[in-house]
Amino acid sequence: MIQLLEAFAWLADPTRWSGPDSIPVRLLEHLWYTLLGVGIAALIAVPVGLVVGHTHRGRGLTVALSGAARALPTLGLVTLFGLWFGIGLTAPVLAFVILAIPSLLAGAYSACEAVDARTVDAARAQGMTEWQILTRVEIPLGLPLLISGIRLASVQVVATVMLASYIGNGGLGRYIFLGLNLSDYPQMLAGSILVVALALVIDLALRLVERVAAPRGAARG
Amino acid sequence: MSWVSANLDTIAEQLLAHIAQALPAIVLAFVLALPIAKLANARGWLRGGLTGTAGLLYAIPSLPLFIVLPLMLGTSIRSPVNIVVALTIYGLALMVPSASEALRAVSRETLQAATAQGYAPWARFWRVELPLAGPALVAGLRVVVVSTVSLVTVGGVLGVPSLGMLFIDGFQRNITAEILTGIVLTAALALLLDALVVLGGRLALPWASGRAPRRRTAPRDTGQEAAR
Repeated sequence: MIQLLEAFAWLADPTRWSGPDSIPVRLLEHLWYTLLGVGIAALIAVPVGLVVGHTHRGRGLTVALSGAARALPTLGLVTLFGLWFGIGLTAPVLAFVILAIPSLLAGAYSACEAVDARTVDAARAQGMTEWQILTRVEIPLGLPLLISGIRLASVQVVATVMLASYIGNGGLGRYIFLGLNLSDYPQMLAGSILVVALALVIDLALRLVERVAAPRGAARG
Repeated sequence: MSWVSANLDTIAEQLLAHIAQALPAIVLAFVLALPIAKLANARGWLRGGLTGTAGLLYAIPSLPLFIVLPLMLGTSIRSPVNIVVALTIYGLALMVPSASEALRAVSRETLQAATAQGYAPWARFWRVELPLAGPALVAGLRVVVVSTVSLVTVGGVLGVPSLGMLFIDGFQRNITAEILTGIVLTAALALLLDALVVLGGRLALPWASGRAPRRRTAPRDTGQEAAR
C-alpha cells in the first residue's frame, strides 16, 4: 500500500503539472488521439451503419465483420502498423480507426433497427421520403443507441491510445511504459490511475449524453 | 515465413502459456457468473447495482488492471495470475448481465409447472431453468471467449508470456512475420474456442440446434448487446 501512497505523491508533485512532459500535455494528447480515431472511424462507420439499418440490407455481413474485428488483438495491430509505417501519427491512428469501427457500426445500425417498424411505416404513409424517414424519424429515435456505440468505441480507443505509447507515441501511457523501463512501480501506478480516470470520465459523460439525447415521449432505447 | 519454421518451439510455448491464462479466466467467469446472476435476479436492487458496476468495469482498460492487481494479490508484476484474475473480472462484467438476462427470460409459468410436477428447487434449477436459459448463456459465453483470448496478449507489454510476446519481440527486433504470426494465432484461437463453445452448446442443448431461439422477452437493450 505504501506504493499507492508513492503513486499519489508522484501525481501531486507540482513539477508534473507544467512543462513539455507534464500531465496536462499528455492528457490533451491522449484526448486528441482518441477524438481523431473515433472521429475518422465515425465518418466511415456511421453512414454505413445507418444505411444498413435503414435498408435492412447487408446486416449479416456487418455483424460478421464486427465479430471478426473483435477477435483482432489490439496490441498486435498497434505493433504491426508501428513497424510498417514507422514513427508518426499514421500507425496509431489507423489502428484506432480499425478498432473503433465495429462498435460504431453496431451502434448505428441498431439505432435504425430499434425503431418500431410501424412507426417507420406510418412515416412513409404520411408521405415522407426515405431521407426524411432516416433523418427525422430513425436517427432521433435511435440516437441513444448511436451514442452508446460512440461511447463503447471511445472507451476502446482510450485503452488503445495507452498501448500506442509503447511504440513511441505520446499520451498517458508514456508514464506506464517509462515506469516499466525504469522499474518505477509508483510511476506505473500513477499512469494507470490517470488512464482509468480518463476512461471512466469519458464513459460517464457519454452515458449522460445518451440520457439527454433520448427523445421525450418515446420509450428509452 | 522462414521465421515461423525456425521458431516453432517459441510459438508453441507462447501459445500454451496463452491458453493457460485464457481458459481458467473463461471457465471461472462462466461458473461464477451463474450464482451471482441468480442472486441478483432474486434481489432487484442488487441487479441494478451489478449491471451498472459491470458496465463501468468494462470501461476500465486492461493494462492498468494488470498493474494494480499485484498490489492487492501480492504477486509479482510479471505473474500470469494477475492476468487470469483481471480477465476473470472482465469476463464477469460481460457474463453476469447476460446470464441474469438469460435466466430472467425463462418463463415463470414453466418454472411453476416444474414445481407443480414435484421438482425440488435445486433440481428445478439444474433440469429446467438452466437448460432453458442455455442458448442465451452460450451466446454470452461466446462474447467472453473472444474478448478474453484477445486481451491476454496485452500482458505481453509487461513481459508475461503469451502470444502477445510475439508482438513485443517482433516489434523490438523488426520482424513483421513474428507479429503477423501472433495476430493470426490469437484470432484463430479465439475462433476455435468460439466454435467449441457453439459445438458444446449443440451437444448439451440438442433441441436448440439449428437456429437458436431469439430471446423471448422484449429486447430492450439489443443495441448494447450488439455494440459489445
